[in-house]
Amino acid sequence: MRKFVDRTFVVLSLAATVIILAILFVIIGNIAYHGTERLSWEFITAAPESGMTAGGIFPAIYGTVLLVLLMSLAAVPFGVLVAIYFAEYARPESRLYRWTRMAVNNLAGVPSIVFGLFGLGFFVQSIGKAIDRAAYSGRLVYAQPSILWAAMTMAVLTLPVVIITVEETLRAVPRDYREASLALGATKLQTIFRVVLPQAWSGVMTGAILAISRGAGEVAPVLFTGAAYFLPRLPSHPADQFMHLGYHIWVLTTQSTNVEATKPLLYSTVFVLVVLTFLLNITAILIRNRMRKWAVR
Amino acid sequence: MKTKFRNSERELKPATTFRPNVDPNVVAGVSPRSQFRHAIDRLAEILISGVAFFTIAVIFLIFVYVGKEALPLVWGTSDGATIASPFTGPFTWQPVSTVPKYNVFPLILGTLKVTLIAMLLGTPLALAAALYTAEFAPGRIREWIKPAIELLAGIPSVVLGSFALLVLASWVQDAFGIVYRLNALTAGIALALAIIPIIYTISEDALTAVPRLYREASLALGASKAQTAVRVVFPSAIPGIAAAIILGFGRAIGETMIVLMVSGNSAILSLDPALPVRTLSATIAAEMAEVVVGSGHYRILFFIGTLLFLITAVLNWVGDRFNRRLRERLFGSS
Repeated sequence: MRKFVDRTFVVLSLAATVIILAILFVIIGNIAYHGTERLSWEFITAAPESGMTAGGIFPAIYGTVLLVLLMSLAAVPFGVLVAIYFAEYARPESRLYRWTRMAVNNLAGVPSIVFGLFGLGFFVQSIGKAIDRAAYSGRLVYAQPSILWAAMTMAVLTLPVVIITVEETLRAVPRDYREASLALGATKLQTIFRVVLPQAWSGVMTGAILAISRGAGEVAPVLFTGAAYFLPRLPSHPADQFMHLGYHIWVLTTQSTNVEATKPLLYSTVFVLVVLTFLLNITAILIRNRMRKWAVR
Repeated sequence: MKTKFRNSERELKPATTFRPNVDPNVVAGVSPRSQFRHAIDRLAEILISGVAFFTIAVIFLIFVYVGKEALPLVWGTSDGATIASPFTGPFTWQPVSTVPKYNVFPLILGTLKVTLIAMLLGTPLALAAALYTAEFAPGRIREWIKPAIELLAGIPSVVLGSFALLVLASWVQDAFGIVYRLNALTAGIALALAIIPIIYTISEDALTAVPRLYREASLALGASKAQTAVRVVFPSAIPGIAAAIILGFGRAIGETMIVLMVSGNSAILSLDPALPVRTLSATIAAEMAEVVVGSGHYRILFFIGTLLFLITAVLNWVGDRFNRRLRERLFGSS
């Protein structure tokens, strides 16, 4: 009897695990199967044509890459500094530590659509307006949705990802390294930037990769901060609007005038986005696993 | 006198390269150079702490700037919307009409309906899988399950949404014989896919954090492996499990793209899961792009955003408290 109950528990929990993995498999399989049907070199390098029922997605790929690069420029240095504060300077009992910790945890839980509203209210309507008033004598340049503001909004959203990943790696650097450096007369600042941080380089990389993967896939924050349905030109100025892979998927699913004609295009676009985010995530997982082994050693 | 690391010297060399950090001309006290270095060090600490403080400012700015756009509702906008309009009048959300109706109850009910379906489906699956990974899975398999489920977390929600729209919606419609292709049930199932990895990861972490001593004591007393898992490990990790469920709930409430794509987006006041629904988040996403900046409708949408921010902030805070309690309970400190 006891053995039977035992077995049931193990089998039930195994069944749940298998169900989740099966769902993952079905989703990926479905997307890979239908997504590769129409996939071609032309699809990746051409612009959408005839009302998004033909052509490719190059402007969306270009816009997404530009967005995540701009985002990383802001989020990574900032996130690394906050992580350094958490791992090297903060005293756990201090008020600043408790509040910053709470702020970062909270930031990670803010719904992405609220970031979109924040980007619109703060970057576009306030900062953008202030820049226009100061530098362009009120002409409308930055006080409208653009790739710059979308990237900044996304940077705020991905900040916790960078902070948490980098902090974990900094903490994994053995204490001996710091003590040896300090014992040799190096200051704390020298120790952090010349001894600890170079050892935690893989963590900075992982943080950046995870942030980029998140930034490439999130749509809600760019809905009203800069993403466009369709643009004839690639963005070339920070105040230009841009096309975004995730946003393009949403446009194809919901705004299409000819569902059957866009369906293969939609599947291929989804496939490209999934491959992109998976490659980034797998790279991050691999780096992290190696890093953990290194930390144990 | 210079204590300078070059990159090539990063592997700390033995004592031969050691130079004392003391100016030989100064017999006692600290040399000016050393004083300068320490001043720089102190300045750096202040600057880095300042950057960290900025994260608090960011949270504050989000609240202020989302709330600020909704603030004019307190004294009423020129087109007649006030802070009371989301809670009064008939239970209808009809912002674009000659007499706009901004009652948010259908949206709140819709959000709760979809979230509840997602939680009911997702929580048992995620918890059982976490229990299996932490307690029963053989070592090698366990190393594969975790990254695989983390991959599910890496799928962008717009991708889950389009999968639900293209494939899942038809399956659900056929299986349950539902009239509407897009409905609360489909949206709930799709949303469950998004929250399973969150609940799984946090609760699995909580279960693995339970010290081995607990398990060994239980096994030594003659309990079986399943009894140990269910009666000893699981209850010890309860605060962490609670945190996982609460944080998953917070994510489900705020999730936008999935519900925007597969919920059907009609603000109907009903408990029937077979009907289309509209959630708070999807309303913002769908209507913000077409709204006139500064209008009553615009303000109400920002008001809904503020509401979402506050709800998730409270849920996060509570989830955090539970996580801290778990660590206090298991390790005696946080």
